[in-house]
Formats: sequence, structure tokens, C-alpha cells
Amino acid sequence: MSSAPQLDINHIAKLARLALTPEEKEKFSQQLGDVLHHIEQLAKVDVTGVEPTAHASPVFNVWQPDVARPGLAVVDALRNAPAQRENMVVVPKVVE
Amino acid sequence: MSSELFYQPITSLAAALDAKKLTSVELTQAVVARTKSVEPRVHAFNSFDEADALAQAAASDARRAAGQSRGALDGIPIGLKDVIAVTGQPLTASSKMLKNFVSPYDATVTEKLRRAGAVLWGRLNCDEFAMGSSTENSAFGPTGNPWDTSRVPGGSSGGSSAALAAGEAIATLGSDTGGSIRQPAALCGVVGLKPTYGLVSRFGLIAYASSLDQIGPFARTVEDAAIVLGAIAGHDERDSTSFKTDIPDYRAELTKRKGPWKLGIPKEYFAEGLDPEIGAAVEKAIAFYKSQGCEIREVSLPHTQYCLDTYYVIATAEASSNLGRYDGIRYGHRSTAAKDVVDLYFQSRAEGFGPEVKRRIILGTYVLSSGYYDAYYLRAQKVRTLIRQDFLNAFREVDALLTPTSPVPAFKIGEKADPLAMYLLDIYTIGVNLAGLPAISVPCGFTQSGLPIGAQLIGQPFQESNLLAIARSYEQGHDWSAKFPSL
Repeated sequence: MSSAPQLDINHIAKLARLALTPEEKEKFSQQLGDVLHHIEQLAKVDVTGVEPTAHASPVFNVWQPDVARPGLAVVDALRNAPAQRENMVVVPKVVE
Repeated sequence: MSSELFYQPITSLAAALDAKKLTSVELTQAVVARTKSVEPRVHAFNSFDEADALAQAAASDARRAAGQSRGALDGIPIGLKDVIAVTGQPLTASSKMLKNFVSPYDATVTEKLRRAGAVLWGRLNCDEFAMGSSTENSAFGPTGNPWDTSRVPGGSSGGSSAALAAGEAIATLGSDTGGSIRQPAALCGVVGLKPTYGLVSRFGLIAYASSLDQIGPFARTVEDAAIVLGAIAGHDERDSTSFKTDIPDYRAELTKRKGPWKLGIPKEYFAEGLDPEIGAAVEKAIAFYKSQGCEIREVSLPHTQYCLDTYYVIATAEASSNLGRYDGIRYGHRSTAAKDVVDLYFQSRAEGFGPEVKRRIILGTYVLSSGYYDAYYLRAQKVRTLIRQDFLNAFREVDALLTPTSPVPAFKIGEKADPLAMYLLDIYTIGVNLAGLPAISVPCGFTQSGLPIGAQLIGQPFQESNLLAIARSYEQGHDWSAKFPSL
């Protein structure tokens, strides 16, 4: 980890599919700079030979039989769609 | 003890219901009336459905009359944090993104509460997508602390703690990712329990950080918390991190498990930044346990200073992934300003999310991004292992750990504008989430100015019965929960 974290706000916002205003970019850059500076101290921990923990539950590789079961009815699944037509979600044109 | 119905614990109300001295409709009406009277000042609810609640109450009364009561929760109004799905009711996560969302299904905990006969009552305010420590990040306005409505109730489950403290519900559910049940419980003077990761199903809980999130109860007493936990715990195949374990009768276990216990005091939790009044109250709790014959040992959790950083890397990384689903396509807010489908994602998310959610998505995206993954996310997961080992090492010597819940009492709404200052409020609670442990906050006094103080007990994985019994032995020696806010 470097001592001076640089967060390229334009690049990260693009990865996150998040449109930010110039004011947000400036504010978040400064605030997250402070947070990243704090997080830098993780570099001080000796993690040699330590396994990562993804979650603390002693459960791994959970399998279920691949059997079709009733799910949401179409009307329920589409209940919250911003736009719908003929049992489908309407989206802007994706192919010219 | 208050004579008001809406301030009674579940145990008393269930006895009155069983003795036919009270009906669920009467109780629900009292809670509804109380809610309507104090909501203008407290704003604990995003919404409530009076007709639906009264219909559930009438159904409960019919069951009891027919001799088919489902137990202690049958007919008891329980509020749910607005991140837990209830069929046909709004589910907003206190976000503009889900402002008009109506849940098409029940969360597992919702199904279980229905099965126990509870009256599902209201959608409780919280920080947007459960991200925050004060409920100020709600898109629908902050919640006031019933003890002083100019102060925050804590967060993120601040609506759940405030509604209970104000008598707007008999018990409530919240979710806890970094302290979001325990800290608001402490700030509002009620009991709040975060169960072991995997004990309660997360199916139907809006995801913030999946490896840390856990649903749990707020209650007036430890016994009430035990009753609600018994109703919501248990394996669920719809949550693959849900653990197959026998669920004991937590309420019955309370009286079976007797001390004295060995309690550990982690020295790192009594360092600088702790409000002196809170420190003194927790010291008194330690002295109480000692007077009961418990052995008190100082223990060390040497990686405590890394908990906050580990948490903010892991939680934001998981959040940035979980919140990717809000794209304006299938549900949620859709921008009308977008020029094409990709722009629709950018604009819908920009318009739908509030500032704290955006900050965490940006941070989480950054720590997962190419070139930084090993330095941040992978490293944080390794430090997480060390943090968990610290706790497990301590539990070789002691049954539970006793700490303050929050370093400060309820602060003024708008007082903490800096995100980092707000993040630091979670220092005593986040280690528990990283390690997947159960922990409970119990009322342990008041500040000079009358604000509630909470003490946190941290237990061994899946040893909720012990944890509850230890908490109850403290509660039985004190009468903090007999005090109510004047609203």
C-alpha cells in the first residue's frame, strides 16, 4: 500500500455506474481521502500465512437438488417494474 | 413500572391476553393511538397500516378465543425495520431508490413472526440501506430520540429503537451490520440483540454487507428478547449462510442457566474516546457482576485498533456489489433524463441514492478495483481472521466479554457532519460483526442529563442462551427499564 492513496474519482464513479456532480466529486474525494488515509494502517498488520475470512459462518458448499419449484407469479415479479408491457419490462433501445 | 399498555413487556401482555383480561385488538389500538400521538415528534415510522394491523389483531383474538393461541407473541404488535420484506407493504430501505417499492414476498423472519401470531406493525425508519449510525441518512428525514427528540436515536436501526422506547411497538426487529441494533438500543435505553451470524435467516432482508448483516430483536427486557429470538431463529435453505443447529427454548433456558460466570474485560475497549459517564456506568456493571460472585478477568483483543478499517473495506466492498442491482431496470427508481440504456444506470443511481450510500459505493468499488484488491480487500479479509482469533482466544478463558456499547450517548441531530467521525462511533460494536459473534446491549444507567447508557455483552458463537442469561442477571439487579421517556 502506498502512503498517499489516490482515488481517481472519475474512473471509480464510471466503474460504479454512478453519475456524480462536480461538487460531489470534490467532496467525496476529500472525505474518502481521509477515510483511505485511516485505512492505510491495515498495511502495518503482519498477515504472513494468514488465511482470509470471507464470512464467519461455519458453512461451506451448500448444495440443493436442482428441482424446479414455484416462484413469483409474473404479476408479482413485474409489480415494481418502472415500465412494463405485455408481461415484459420495457427498457430503452439497446440495439440500433 | 408504567401502567400504560404500550410500555408493558411481552411477558406481562401475553399473560393478560391468556387470562382474557386484554384483547389483541385493544392492545393494538393502544399502540396505534400512541403512535399517532407521538409520531409528529419521533418520526420512527416510514409508514404504517392501521387497518391491516387491526385485522391481524382480530385474527389473533379469534385464535385465542378458540383455544388456538400460538404462544407468547400471538397478538403482540411488533415493528419491522424498513429493510425487512412484508408482502404487500412498502419496502424502502429509507431510500428514494425504493420509495415506491411494494414487497412481493415475505422475509423468512416475517413468515416466522406471522406463524408465531405476531401483529406486524409498521415500517420503521433507518439510515438509507442501513448505512449509518444515527438514522440521519434516511431519505425521509431523521428520527428523534424519545429521551430528547433533538438528539439522534442511533442507527442504522434508529426507527426500531425509538419506536420501542416511545411505546409505538411492544418489540421491534432491526438489522446489525456493524452495530446497527446494539448502538441504537444503547442510545434509546432498550435491549438490543445481534445474534450469531447464521442463526437468523437473511432471506428477505435488503442486503448491505452480506457477510456481516444479521437480523435481531429490540425488546424492553432480556426475556422479551429471548422470546422474539426464539421465534425468528433457525435454519433456512433460502439463505446459504444459515446454520443448521437446534434452536433451544431461549426463554426456558434463562432460568436454567445460573452463574457465576467468568467475564472478560477487553482493555482495548476502555481507551481514549470513551465518554467518562459511560465508562463509570460500565465499571459499575463490572462491580455488580463481581458482587454476584462472577470472576472478572482483563483480556486483550490486540487487533481491536484495526476493526474499523477492516470493517469499512469489507462492508463497502460488499455494499458496492450488493447495490449493483439498483440499475433502474426491473424495479426501483428510473431516471427520465437518460439518453440511452447505459446512461439510465448512471442517472437512476445518481438520482436514487443519497450521499452516504454513494460514498460507500465509491469506496467499495475502489477497494475492489484492479490493482487495489490485494492491498485492501484481501488484506482486510486476512486481518478479519486475526480479529476473529482474538475473540476466540479470549473465549478460552471467559464465558462472555463486557464492554460499553457506544463511546458516546445520543448526540444532537446534525452534530456529526464528518463521515469519519461518524464511523468512529462503531468502534465497540464492529469487531463482533467481523467475528460473527452474538452480542447484546442492555440498559446500564443514565447520564447526568438523562440520556440512556448501554453495556454490551459479547458471547461465544451460537451460545445465545448463556449470553441472555448473563444479561438477565444484570437486568434483575437493576431497574433501568422501569424508567420511560416523557414525551
